[in-house]
Amino acid sequence: MRNITFTQIIRETLEAELTRDETIFLMGEDIGVYGGPFGASRGLLEKFGSERIRDTPISEQAITGIAIGAAVAGQRPIIEIMFMDFITLAVDQMVNMAAKLHPIYGQNCPLVLRTTPGAGRGYGATHSQSLERIFCGIPGIKIAAPSNARDGSALLQTAIRDNNPVLFLEHKLLYPMRFEVDDKLPEPTPFGYAKITREGEDLTIIAWSYMSVLALQAAAKLSNDDIEAEVIDLRTLAPLDIDTIIESVKSTGRVMIIEEGPLTGGFAGEIAAQITEQAFEYLDYPVKRLAGDDLPIPSAKSLELNCIPSVATITKAASDLALAD
Amino acid sequence: MLLKAAYNQMLLIRYFEESIERLFLEGRVMGTAHTCIGQEAVSVGVATALQPQDAMTTTHRGHGHFLARGAEPAKAMAELFGKSIGYSKGRGGSQMMMAPEMGFYGSNGITGGSIPFATGIALDASIRKTDRVSACMFGDGASNQGVFHETLNMAALWKLPVLYIVENNGYAMSTSTDQGLANPCIADRAKAYNIPGVTINGNDFEEVYNCVQQYAEAARQGEGPALIECMTYRLSGHSRGDPRVYRTREEEQEAWKRDPVKTMEKQLLERKVLTAAQIEEVQQKTTAIIDKAIITCENAPPASAAEFQNSLFAE
Ligand SMILES: Cc1ncc(C[n+]2csc(CCOP(=O)(O)OP(=O)(O)O)c2C)c(N)n1
Ligand SMILES: [Mg+2]
Repeated sequence: MRNITFTQIIRETLEAELTRDETIFLMGEDIGVYGGPFGASRGLLEKFGSERIRDTPISEQAITGIAIGAAVAGQRPIIEIMFMDFITLAVDQMVNMAAKLHPIYGQNCPLVLRTTPGAGRGYGATHSQSLERIFCGIPGIKIAAPSNARDGSALLQTAIRDNNPVLFLEHKLLYPMRFEVDDKLPEPTPFGYAKITREGEDLTIIAWSYMSVLALQAAAKLSNDDIEAEVIDLRTLAPLDIDTIIESVKSTGRVMIIEEGPLTGGFAGEIAAQITEQAFEYLDYPVKRLAGDDLPIPSAKSLELNCIPSVATITKAASDLALAD
Repeated sequence: MLLKAAYNQMLLIRYFEESIERLFLEGRVMGTAHTCIGQEAVSVGVATALQPQDAMTTTHRGHGHFLARGAEPAKAMAELFGKSIGYSKGRGGSQMMMAPEMGFYGSNGITGGSIPFATGIALDASIRKTDRVSACMFGDGASNQGVFHETLNMAALWKLPVLYIVENNGYAMSTSTDQGLANPCIADRAKAYNIPGVTINGNDFEEVYNCVQQYAEAARQGEGPALIECMTYRLSGHSRGDPRVYRTREEEQEAWKRDPVKTMEKQLLERKVLTAAQIEEVQQKTTAIIDKAIITCENAPPASAAEFQNSLFAE
């Protein structure tokens, strides 16, 4: 075992995959000498050269579209969109091209789009958003949202080996976090399997990406008050492991879904709808969503943290839900 | 021989497109389509200049390019009939067909959408060091998309083997180039990316062929992309049922005088490549090909819903 950061395991995983398969290459803004804004590709340029660690101009739509073309022609590109906020500029290529290639044109598109959602660093309204909701309703795109180093590596390997476009979320608050992991990189983890990261019978808490970290911390606090929360880390949003969710909800009867993005129009609403459709009679209480405020993310720390779920708000909301009659 | 083969193809495209317009009027096909009547010389000029290993991408107005690249008329037409034998098994329609095995990397319903796609194919060629060139077809309207500029800059930086071939047909739907282009010369934009830019007569097969062949060879030698502007005119409406209120019938009459198919027939006669009787024979043969394609489509089984339901992801 060793103790390493999320950044470190992403870097090691990229390195291992680039070594394993010559058709893999990285492309994005400032990923070479600079190593990416969070250092996830630091050192790779020296090892693999500028053909495979390809710095680009600031042209998100072209980066994405060119990668899609290269993918269909036989490469396995991994592109980086520096902040998830900038993905708006790549949406057309992902939605209108990547997502249509297999179902309409009958072509494989082995593409990974890595990007960094999330608030918490005071970067302001255009460098802090969680925009995965844009893609959740687009059939044809897979979405992985790990919450720890082991899953980060295992899911990234799966994403890279998948023959479909994958949106891969690396929450910026995860990068500096340290995790206990094996000396060897984990095996790839298949998509569509949520992980029960804590068992409990009083309520179910569902989360993904960095919110899963907070959910576990909140669950530990709840336990001090004799409330045992079952925490489900989704790991992938598409495909969604609804079966694990339903099974848990059937045993707890109470469920809360946490989402960092704004409440309205988020993916938590979709999960809530599916739970209501499939397990309504098992629910002791209405499904609860705890999400970001319907506001842009402000810069000042005091304002920012007030806008998104925190351990305190999760603990309070979960406790209220568990104790409600 | 080159001219004769080119004429066969141009006529095939012309008759294919005319039949599509007829089939819509008769209510026998569904959806929409954008025909390229008047632009056949570009399609055939480009396709003739390409090698078998080369790639071509196109737009919403892509039947001509695809047929010139060797598409089977029935399998292309079947997309309009919604039939399983179509290149996209009836799922794509007129604007979404692809056949990489033929070096045809797709029509595209998003104006400008295929510009980076074609460039990615060129990136693959450059990484694998194959001698493939990627020919990216698009319209004057598409040249105003931001992605055009992003992509040409990157392709020029990386010296990718890709030709940007813009068919300046005077209109983007109803918007004339006068209204849509601050500088009417699209080829001028090449200067901004430090690549060659030329404007040629897109209604002349040989001019297109020679120009594309020259720049394709240069790209193959590692000299990078070029921007080729083919001046032409869309004699047909923009899409099915276009009343063409944005231009005059007089303007169209003038444009018909430069009809590339008629121009080609004149050349064939003048140069004694074909006799009038031989031209008539080609016309009859081509009519028969199209008629057969229509029958094949009508008799083909419909697109399979069950198969489509399971098609979202690749294995
Ligand atoms: C992104 C996008 N915007 C608008 C349209 C609607 N549209 C389809 S074709 C077209 C005109 C395109 O003009 P041009 O690029 O000159 O090609 P042409 O039709 O002349 O062949 C428009 C506006 C579209 N399909 N995609
Ligand atoms: Mg046009």
